[in-house]
Amino acid sequence: MSDQPAAPAAHRAGSDVPFYVVMGGLGGSYVVLIVLLLAADLAFTSPGHFAAALAKPEIQYAIRLTLVSCTISALLSIWVATPLGYLLSRFQFRGRWLIDTIIDIPIVLPPLVIGLSLLILFHLPVAGTNLETFLQEHVSIGRRPFRVTYAQPAVVLAQFAVACAFAVQTMRVTFDQIDPRAEQVALTLGCRRSQAFLQVALPQAWRGMIAATTVAWARSLGEFGPILVFAGATRMKTEVLSTTVFLELSVGQLEAAVAVSLLMVIAAMTVLGIVRLLGARAAT
Amino acid sequence: MIELDDISIRSGSFELRRVSLSIPAGSYAVLMGATGQGKTTILEAICGLRTVTGGRVLLGGVDVTRRKPADRGVGYVPQDLALFPMMTVRGHLEFALRVRRWPAAAIGPRVTELAQELGIEPLLARDVRRLSGGEAQRVALGRALSFRPQVLLMDEPLNALDEATRDRLCELLGKVQSASHLTTLHVTHSRAEARALADRLIVLEGGQLYERPVADLEQLPDEMLEGTPRR
Repeated sequence: MSDQPAAPAAHRAGSDVPFYVVMGGLGGSYVVLIVLLLAADLAFTSPGHFAAALAKPEIQYAIRLTLVSCTISALLSIWVATPLGYLLSRFQFRGRWLIDTIIDIPIVLPPLVIGLSLLILFHLPVAGTNLETFLQEHVSIGRRPFRVTYAQPAVVLAQFAVACAFAVQTMRVTFDQIDPRAEQVALTLGCRRSQAFLQVALPQAWRGMIAATTVAWARSLGEFGPILVFAGATRMKTEVLSTTVFLELSVGQLEAAVAVSLLMVIAAMTVLGIVRLLGARAAT
Repeated sequence: MIELDDISIRSGSFELRRVSLSIPAGSYAVLMGATGQGKTTILEAICGLRTVTGGRVLLGGVDVTRRKPADRGVGYVPQDLALFPMMTVRGHLEFALRVRRWPAAAIGPRVTELAQELGIEPLLARDVRRLSGGEAQRVALGRALSFRPQVLLMDEPLNALDEATRDRLCELLGKVQSASHLTTLHVTHSRAEARALADRLIVLEGGQLYERPVADLEQLPDEMLEGTPRR
């Protein structure tokens, strides 16, 4: 009997169907879970509940504050994340690991702890005062002292503190994927570092910037813990949609809570859809 | 003129120690050596993209060792070309001129002159992502030459091109160099490229640079020719 292997033509690789079934089954189970959650919410509520929730002045206020605060927080995040992501991607320097670790803290910590830490930061006595008091005494808007804690700025700051970490990660990966060689050539052509960044690196990073802004906006929309601790959940003042769900639940208004939840889903899907559409159009 | 006076370069575990080189003004020197010997590192040291730990880099007799890449007057064509993907061909030819604040009235004529010389005039409005390998190569060369550098450095510029395109570009490089008398250092693994262009042959071997007669090209060991057809 011969020990020689079979001729190549005799080999049959077999069907790929099991591969697609297993991969699709495992991956699809998560998609099915999300769809079931949304379907359950939709089945629980009715157009009447939805209309009633939207008619409430406090919910209308929460919608407005949510849109404004998420947008400000996302813009602040991309403003900070772009330079920080670039520096971490391009430069090796002593202590970089420490900065990496610090930036990851808001991602791994429970968001509630970020809120608590913000509260402590603004009220920690230093030299006979604290940051909150100092700001109220030295900064004003019109004739009103500038308040942060338990006011609208606290909502934005709580959202930004968490969302920015995700934006930084996105921008860092974006710049990691852009070959630094083009910037090096720009330097030989006569550019300063800043010109190489602005004229060569940044125009290549626009997709990442859209992604980072989207991530920051979506993350801000879903933020609840740090807002509750640092900004409070005062109706018609610091109430955003995530706190509305909590407030409606706490007074037994389950239908209103579900209606607002669905509103958040619609808001998130609308923003993500618009941003992706803009990105796809700009790419063609 | 390009002079390396006893330069040392360290990058992680890789090190070049006390390397010297002298290429007279107006020469076309070809640098050959086995992969991983440090040819690209030497080009980067001349450009100012890599810090030298000892010795001096002189261009046109001026010590530029501590100068930034922008202030060395070196045109650089890297191996992967590194074109700017969001720019047109015209944008590439104008880039250095705008950064160097050439008068607006001088930029247009210089771009036209370069485009004619390199045969890319019909491509000026084209996005560089839609160029063929040979066209991209001409654009990278035009970008490097645009501001009239005193030295041109090219790192395996004709790699990954088909033979006919490579021959055409070899001819173009020779024409451009003889018209501009630009001091040129060209890294390659191709004996055919070296034969067509070199008036000086530099070999990197055992961490040192040696000048050899161009006629020695035919005796170079195979490891210096790897990765390209050994014609």
